[in-house]
Amino acid sequence: MIEIIIDTTIRAGTPIFFATLGAILMEKSGIINLGIEGLMLIGALSGFFFTYSSGNPYIGFLMAAIVTSLVGTIHGVLTIYLRGNQIVSGLALTMFGTGVTALFGKNMVGETIIGLDRMPVIFLKSIPYLGVLFKQDIIVYFSIVLLILIHLFLHKTSVGLNLRTVGENPYAADNAGINVNMYRFITVFISSGIVGIGGAYLSVSYTPLWIENMTAGRGWIAVALVIFSSWDVRKALLGSYLFGGIAANQLRLQAIGTNISVQLLQMLPYIFTIIVLILSSFRGEKNSSSQPESLGLPYDREDRI
Amino acid sequence: MIKIEKRDLSSNNFAKGLYKLLSFLIGLAMSTVLLKLLSVDITQFFIELYQDSLGSKYAVSETLLKATPLIICSIGVSLAFKMKLWNIGSEGQLYMGALASTIVALYIETDSSFIMLSSMILASFLLGGLWSGFAAILKSKLNVNEIIVTLLMNYIAILLVDYLVYGPLKDPAGFNFPYTKQFPDVALLSTFFNTRLHYGVIIAVILLVIYYIIIEKSIWGYEIRVIGSNPNAAKYSGINIDINIFMVMFLSGGISALAGFSEVSGVIHRLQHSISPGYGYTAIIIAWLSNQNYLGILFSSIFMAILFIAGDTLQLNYQLPISLVNAFQGIILFMLLISDFFMNHKISIKWRKND
Repeated sequence: MIEIIIDTTIRAGTPIFFATLGAILMEKSGIINLGIEGLMLIGALSGFFFTYSSGNPYIGFLMAAIVTSLVGTIHGVLTIYLRGNQIVSGLALTMFGTGVTALFGKNMVGETIIGLDRMPVIFLKSIPYLGVLFKQDIIVYFSIVLLILIHLFLHKTSVGLNLRTVGENPYAADNAGINVNMYRFITVFISSGIVGIGGAYLSVSYTPLWIENMTAGRGWIAVALVIFSSWDVRKALLGSYLFGGIAANQLRLQAIGTNISVQLLQMLPYIFTIIVLILSSFRGEKNSSSQPESLGLPYDREDRI
Repeated sequence: MIKIEKRDLSSNNFAKGLYKLLSFLIGLAMSTVLLKLLSVDITQFFIELYQDSLGSKYAVSETLLKATPLIICSIGVSLAFKMKLWNIGSEGQLYMGALASTIVALYIETDSSFIMLSSMILASFLLGGLWSGFAAILKSKLNVNEIIVTLLMNYIAILLVDYLVYGPLKDPAGFNFPYTKQFPDVALLSTFFNTRLHYGVIIAVILLVIYYIIIEKSIWGYEIRVIGSNPNAAKYSGINIDINIFMVMFLSGGISALAGFSEVSGVIHRLQHSISPGYGYTAIIIAWLSNQNYLGILFSSIFMAILFIAGDTLQLNYQLPISLVNAFQGIILFMLLISDFFMNHKISIKWRKND
């Protein structure tokens, strides 16, 4: 029983986790993206379509990352080079993604594909209770590797430091010779691809099916999780499993005999996120707050002081 | 080399309007091309859309029916927008307004339609206002970002309504469907001549007039605009920013909540799972699109309503998914964002180097 709950939690949390990773990276560079939901849908459809037509789920994931990166550049060009409003552009991206995938996915509804095989790790898989952690498919393992890589990149490399500076103070970054727009653009490009992998996990591995609007708000959860995790990719893993676990295990939780309603349980992480925001604002001045200082603001050289 | 300079066209309303109209038409043209690719007969489609949205008295009433919640929510969002506050929570405030109206409608016993409807309006206004006012307090006292808080509170509001219609408020005779009992007759807004259009549209127009007076004609509206454009100047001239943040956000949420009242009392006649196809989110777009101008809000809302109807037409007559409309909205918005850049920047190409 515990094994099944852990397994469901991981599989339901992984799509959200990828989306949150992508969203955190973008926000670290100063770009807020409310289009995550749309990008996830693009990833889900392209992942499913290319798995369906090639018969190979790995090609599906690869193409999902590429296609979503390309669509994500719309947000990049509009907000970075054309200095458009990030909120409006993100909302537009979500609308666009929802509509386009509903349209092009029409013929994919009801089709079936063969999803990903599980890859049990020798020895580790037989640990009692926790062995299930090592019986996942390759994308789950990849998400953990990506977590470590992004964490090391942001905090241990000079390029990562540059990226954070771009998000905190683009004017200072520019003065230090960092190409702000290029940093932001490449970040949006790569992060969109990561979001796309999350979407593809949903359609290629988790279900594996294509259903119109199948992300059902997971992209919005990712946007909320960025704040929940205070822009820390490690806490994002925790948050994703928490959100995914509650949603996916709700029937089981009720079967065990918890009398609390599903909706109230689902509400908890959002309430908790607001409490985290309040507490972190008590902790003090601007410096200790983890939100990138220039989040949501377009960068224009002319405004340099 | 290409030289990009900032320019300020904010005083030139004609040029601004022209830019917006042009980019809007380009977006529309691109959407038409998409339809053409789907082998939709464009002429035929536009004739059908005209018939469904403007061609008859009933068609116009349906358009106005869909425009009503959009206008109300957009006024709420625009008010906050004038002060450079982002109220992303219009959708949740709509749900809270619907919830408050429902509780009043189901639990207060009165034979007077006036007492019933005015208590419903008051209740939804207060609950919606407190809902967004919470975000305002966090913003002014603790400097917590209002975009994030209002966004998060959308989910809480929607889940709360879901919890109630799946649980405590579920109609016992409703075959387990997630909705409440139907409202008593006194709690319903009356409709106009054999259409579904109800008095909510009058509320929307009254709110629009009030909005115009507050923003354009009152001293308070002037203060709001000053805080929005230059908070420091506002502070030095003695305007209390904290109180204004609270009042504007309270009003913004309260007004959005009235859209929820109007939907449950005028259209659905009960509270149920999923009462809005994203009116609150579309309102953010309208507020931005219209530049928070009252006429802009009116026309953009009607246009968005026609787009919603276009979705119905495409679904019924062409078996295309209704969310295709979202793609059109997205494309048009992308074009408008591009036009914003050309509006605010002067681009000149010079062939000489080092100039």
